[in-house]
Amino acid sequence: MTVTVLLFASYADVLGRGSLSLDLASGATVRDALREIQSMPGAERLPMQPLVAVNERYARVDRVLADGDALAVIPPVAGG
Amino acid sequence: MPLTRDELLRYSRHLILPDVALAGQERIKAARVLLVGAGGLGSPAALYLAAAGVGTLGLVDFDVVDMTNLQRQVLHGTSQVGRPKLESARDRIADMNPHVNVETYETRLTSANALDIMATYDIIVDGTDNFATRYLTNDACVMLGKPNVYGSIFRFEGQASVFATADGPCYRCLFPSPPPPELVPSCAEGGVLGVLPGLVGTIQATETLKLILGAGEPLVGRLLLIDAMQMRFHTVQVSRDPECPACGTREITSLIDYDAYCGVPGVTPEHTREPGDVTPKELAEMRATRDDFTLLDVREPYEWQIARIDGAELIPLGTLPAAMSSLDRTREIVVYCRSGKRSADAARQLRVAGFRVFNLAGGILRWSEDVDPDVPQY
Repeated sequence: MTVTVLLFASYADVLGRGSLSLDLASGATVRDALREIQSMPGAERLPMQPLVAVNERYARVDRVLADGDALAVIPPVAGG
Repeated sequence: MPLTRDELLRYSRHLILPDVALAGQERIKAARVLLVGAGGLGSPAALYLAAAGVGTLGLVDFDVVDMTNLQRQVLHGTSQVGRPKLESARDRIADMNPHVNVETYETRLTSANALDIMATYDIIVDGTDNFATRYLTNDACVMLGKPNVYGSIFRFEGQASVFATADGPCYRCLFPSPPPPELVPSCAEGGVLGVLPGLVGTIQATETLKLILGAGEPLVGRLLLIDAMQMRFHTVQVSRDPECPACGTREITSLIDYDAYCGVPGVTPEHTREPGDVTPKELAEMRATRDDFTLLDVREPYEWQIARIDGAELIPLGTLPAAMSSLDRTREIVVYCRSGKRSADAARQLRVAGFRVFNLAGGILRWSEDVDPDVPQY
């Protein structure tokens, strides 16, 4: 199955893009998707458990994903 | 709180709105709103809340207006450079709307003063520029039971929400712990589109007015994500985390040392000396007398175009791990960046890899101040 990942602010910077799509085995969870993302070049700077939303709703890491889901990975930002 | 003749005229476009009307405008006049930070976010928020007739605006800030603020901090004008932000803000707000009572706190918000300062206000607007003050503001709002109208910005992106209401989540429910300090670029380090705090700060002002009026649907339980480059707005539904130490289990019963919590050094890096630092004057001396060291610039190429120290080699921080193998291990290295923060990170990485490294304290900014004024500051 395929899920879309939206990366915001500094997370988009470290991965060099604002969105990507992931091919995951069926039954994969948010944690699996994060592992996949964290293995990409530059992503060693991502925290272990970032704030994640699935289909615009907060999701825990054990949430099971479905084909077509949209994951948003959201960093804390502090500027003002 | 009844309105005067002048006020009836001034607020006439509110008075004809059914959702505001006379009763709503009187509530706005009776409201007390505290703005933490009179910078990028605090500027538009203060201006619109003052224009809207908020009776009392409290402002917390300890900075002086700086030339680099003017690109986005619209509360302050060119003539105010060098003046305390609070004085500049007071004058601007008085001109915008003399019916507003401005209360100023020329201090950093700290664990020692936050509860006292916030106590008499109805709503707190978080327009600070660092994680330590954001966690402090959040925890104090939760403890006092006051809504925290949150906004923050980074480059071309922003976030806004309303935290710490009776049923909604707080900032900690979303971000339980701060990121490590070396991964946190400030506006000074990361840059920010000048209009972006305008966009986010006016959203904060809008939410504040809605809370005062009890109208509409505030951003409670929703995190608004703003991407100005794509001009896309996403809303993420969030709910209170029962495990949250602030608003869930309520383990946090008093304010802590937020600088230590967020890993912020006690004093600004520009003026402290850490082991392994060289000062600009020492570097100038080294350059004049020695050629057996490498000067490494770990900033980004666009910064290199603005200003550089002659003879330096550019290896942006992100590419340093890959570039290390090309560095001569027999030579000492002096690293620099803009202010000394990123280069401290680079120095740590290089030391771990076995290099002998010094960090230029205060970066190219202090180099320009102390050694070579021809190098522009940015």
